[in-house]
Amino acid sequence: MTLPALLARLVARDLARAVARPAEALLPPLFFLLVAILFAFALGGEAGLLARVAGGVLWVAALLASLLPVAGLYAADWADGTLDQLAVRGIAPETLAAARLLASALLLLLPLLAVLVPALLLLGVDPRGAGPLAGALALGGLGLAALANMVGALTLGARGGGGLVALLLVPLALPVLIFGAGLEAAGAPRLLAAAVLLLVALSPLVAGTALRLARG
Amino acid sequence: MQQSPGWHGLANPHRFQRVSALILPWLMAAALGFLAAGLFIGLVVAPPDYLQGPSVRIMYVHVPAAWLSLGGYLGMAIAALAARVWRHPLADLSVRAIAPVGAAFAAVCLLTGSLWGRPTWGTWWVWDGRLTSMLVLFLLYLGVIALAHAYEDRSRGDRAAGLLAIVGVINLPIIKYSVEWWNTLHQPASIRLSGSTIHADMLQPLLLSAVGFALLFAGVVLMRMRALIAAQKKAVRLRRKAALADAGA
Repeated sequence: MTLPALLARLVARDLARAVARPAEALLPPLFFLLVAILFAFALGGEAGLLARVAGGVLWVAALLASLLPVAGLYAADWADGTLDQLAVRGIAPETLAAARLLASALLLLLPLLAVLVPALLLLGVDPRGAGPLAGALALGGLGLAALANMVGALTLGARGGGGLVALLLVPLALPVLIFGAGLEAAGAPRLLAAAVLLLVALSPLVAGTALRLARG
Repeated sequence: MQQSPGWHGLANPHRFQRVSALILPWLMAAALGFLAAGLFIGLVVAPPDYLQGPSVRIMYVHVPAAWLSLGGYLGMAIAALAARVWRHPLADLSVRAIAPVGAAFAAVCLLTGSLWGRPTWGTWWVWDGRLTSMLVLFLLYLGVIALAHAYEDRSRGDRAAGLLAIVGVINLPIIKYSVEWWNTLHQPASIRLSGSTIHADMLQPLLLSAVGFALLFAGVVLMRMRALIAAQKKAVRLRRKAALADAGA
């Protein structure tokens, strides 16, 4: 099988699994909305204040939502021997990691963008002017998925759970957050794209190496 | 790849224990000597700053701590890379040995920076580019430490932590740039440290104490490596004893 066909098969497998269990796939976007709602309750319902901080709030919400799937990214494949099976067939873990990155980015981004409009309405922002924010969130979400992919493979079988995942991911996610949330400044979109590109390039290599470590 | 004999010879833990036991007292004595000289000149002899007064003396601890925490992270990543490329058995271990020491230096840098900021800037914390970068570096260290301790199997933890250190060092320039970019975005003309020029009277004790702290860093890392190797040996011995007891019973 050629590499693109193999990648497509692996991505299709992940997507099919997510579709079969929709309740799980819908948790991150629901969490994204919950964080936005939390901010509204914590800061008070004053529309002007919420609209002013909405961009930052949604970036934090997206970052927190991207933490949720990390623990489950490779856990099932590791536990049921899929990792070993793929290795026996001569499929490099880097290939699996690249496919998982594509699939998990789609599964994070599409539902997130779908609930972006209600989230904006809750924060008192007119969604018609939110095109750039949606674009930046899509791009930044890809970077966050790339980071989540690395951290998921690195923490495979580790103790410490969600706290460990957050400690590893958040410092590395700062450039994406900074360039994404500072979108209005000159050059920010290009800097965001550059930071995301580096993470996407790095992610399959690092995650693949980490999967090799996990297999021992 | 040409390897020096020392590089290879020290891969043997027994030889490492022997050689490091010889080096360690000299290293620590030199560290204490440099620290005593640097801190005495810095805290007593050197003139106070014309603007900041005596509080500038915090610099003789703060600046070496900043240099060493950054250099320590770089050294840790290089050790991790060496472990991956050459499978050097002690390089893996040195990631675990360096991380807490580097984190301690970063913490010292943050604490002294905060103590210095109170009289000079009038506040304990400023979201200044340099301070914020150091805070992120501290968090990166904590991540490496946490990951190294997250596994039952210690060598797995060493390798995972090393990989994370490599990822961190690749991202460090970008994080630093992004933090500074963010800083100019939110705080134009922010408060700067005392400037880039520094008088020779202050430079000499600064360099002395920097060398002292660097030797101290190296000495503590060496001590940690010796302790880690000893713990490893002890675990092996206990396991062998248990196996013998089982066989006897």
